[in-house]
Amino acid sequence: MASVTLKGIAKSFGTTEVLSNIDLDIADGEFITLVGASGCGKSTLIRIIAGLEPQSAGSVEVAGRPVDHLRPHERRVAMVFQSYALYPHMSVAANIALPLTMQRLSLFERLPLVKYVSTRRPRVMREIMHEVDSVAAQLQIQPLLARRPAQLSGGQRQRVALGRAMVRHPDVFLMDEPLSNLDARLRVHMRSELAELHARLGSTFIYVTHDQVEAMTMSDRVAMMDAGRILQLGTPSELYARPANLEVAQFIGSPAINVLPGEVADGNGIVVAGSTLPIATGLPARSRVSVGLRPESIAPRANATAGDASLRAHLRRVENLGAELVLHCVVDGLDGVVVACRVPADQDTPLNGALELSFSPRACHVFDAEGVRVADRAAPGGAR
Amino acid sequence: MTAVALDAALRASRRRERLEKLTGMGFAFPATLLLVLTSLAPLVVLIVMSFTDYDLGNLGFKFIGLGNFAKAMGDSVFRRSLWNTFIYVAIVLPLAVGLGLVVAILVYGRKRTRAFYEIVYFLPVTSTLIAMATVWSFLLHPKLGPINALLGLVGVQPRAFLSDPALALPTLAVIGIWHLVGFNMVLFLAGLTAIPKDLYEAAAIDGCANPVDRFLKITWPMLGPTTMFVIVTTSITAFKVFDTVAVMTHGGPMGSSEVLLYSIYLEGFQYFHTAYAAALTVVFLAFLLVFSAIQAFVLDRRTHYG
Repeated sequence: MASVTLKGIAKSFGTTEVLSNIDLDIADGEFITLVGASGCGKSTLIRIIAGLEPQSAGSVEVAGRPVDHLRPHERRVAMVFQSYALYPHMSVAANIALPLTMQRLSLFERLPLVKYVSTRRPRVMREIMHEVDSVAAQLQIQPLLARRPAQLSGGQRQRVALGRAMVRHPDVFLMDEPLSNLDARLRVHMRSELAELHARLGSTFIYVTHDQVEAMTMSDRVAMMDAGRILQLGTPSELYARPANLEVAQFIGSPAINVLPGEVADGNGIVVAGSTLPIATGLPARSRVSVGLRPESIAPRANATAGDASLRAHLRRVENLGAELVLHCVVDGLDGVVVACRVPADQDTPLNGALELSFSPRACHVFDAEGVRVADRAAPGGAR
Repeated sequence: MTAVALDAALRASRRRERLEKLTGMGFAFPATLLLVLTSLAPLVVLIVMSFTDYDLGNLGFKFIGLGNFAKAMGDSVFRRSLWNTFIYVAIVLPLAVGLGLVVAILVYGRKRTRAFYEIVYFLPVTSTLIAMATVWSFLLHPKLGPINALLGLVGVQPRAFLSDPALALPTLAVIGIWHLVGFNMVLFLAGLTAIPKDLYEAAAIDGCANPVDRFLKITWPMLGPTTMFVIVTTSITAFKVFDTVAVMTHGGPMGSSEVLLYSIYLEGFQYFHTAYAAALTVVFLAFLLVFSAIQAFVLDRRTHYG
């Protein structure tokens, strides 16, 4: 068990910079997720931590000591690959045992034929197989130990890959999109199993995914990355409730946040689709802003509640999710901007034609022209 | 009414099935005909002829049963050439496969120079062995050859590589290896390219840190199917050694480089013992059949990891 600290990590391939100046403190036993669209540098970062890729600048520390000069197996990290990377010519048992045999047997005791000369080897192998067995028991793959990876299903291979990582009792687990090759149903199931595994082992987990749901559901903290930088680091609820910029706001949450174009009014407030919302920004008048609204913050009403802002809209499409409905509405005066709002399935507002979309101004996330959250820039107590 | 309609439909579907079968056979016919004319029919003629006493130019022949095979068993030239062929294969097979693998791994590790080395090692494969054999004869010449000149520089007495009975067959084997290594290298390179990169990465994390471990745990087992294929093709090619013998040694000195195919050639086309040559060819084909059978059964079943 160990903390992981990244100090000024940068990486370039030739002239292309894929990571720039990444600083990250990961606490001992934390489950942290690096999330972002493909090409954002999250996989490169985890590979640098693993030691599979050298960084161009900066330093990686595990448990407070730099590991930059250490080779992957000396860093006390284990990795689960997206493809699982199981050794196809070995049985499941041999796959899981490999990290231990490499650790505990000398090169001489691993050589083909020569290894049978060793008298120590049978005893060590018995110990190793005992440990393999206990890991297999934890993952419920004991009946599969004699099989080859080709004879396993995707979910079973996933477990074997986990077992191979667990057997060494590493300080840090690195997981590079481990669930993305599974079907949707199994992915949901493995999500909770991974979270339970983390709770049971108490090790540090660094998890890479492009799926914001995985990031939100499993992690203690999430680092949202884009173009080689960390856009925001925080707990899942922080990222959801206070996105630092428009990219984070749009990436996190499903259905995605609604973004309405607006302009700072002459007095105080923001003009969206002709109506002025009572939101203080501290920005100069006529500045362009984007107003983000989560689908669940909007309620379609016949009459707006006092103090709430409202926009006139037309209903275009209803998505039925069972427990709730997602209404897709076109805002009047904002041609082409579709707003999604989530309402309970049993709600009684007539769902046709013209609607009044009402929401609290406090629920609005305001971003400036560069996409940076305005509230974070303005003085404390400013509009939220 | 319905019964009649059903009956008609059934007949129509049967007719369609028959037509489909005929069409299929029609498509297969040209290829089958070619196969029969060029391979199977000559093979049958060969086998029939091996049971006769026919010599080229004879007006008739009579069946002598297994006479030719019995003669071959007692024929010291045939026995020696069979033995020499096995020795030749025994030298060429491990070295041509082993060197092919070593060269492939070394070349695979190059980045900018990889194409250059690939071409260099593949050149012998593309060259005509008959022409190259002439060049080798010059290179190995006891007085004029540069190889003996080089040996002289380090104080080794000049050797008559091709006229020393102890050296002739090994020398031919070296040329055979030289000719095969490039081809095997290309096959191994293809095998190496097919090994997923993340296996090496997983191995690096699991502790396979040195090249020996990487080779033993990943490269060698993952090359299993390729290696099997290379072994079989190399065995067959080595078993068919002929060009270098015919050009460089003519089976000599003192029969020390007589090989199976060369003996068959002498019997059939120099001494015109057509039927006897046919019998020797049947024996030759029987050996090749064994190699092909190994390829067909062992290769296809055992070494695929799926």
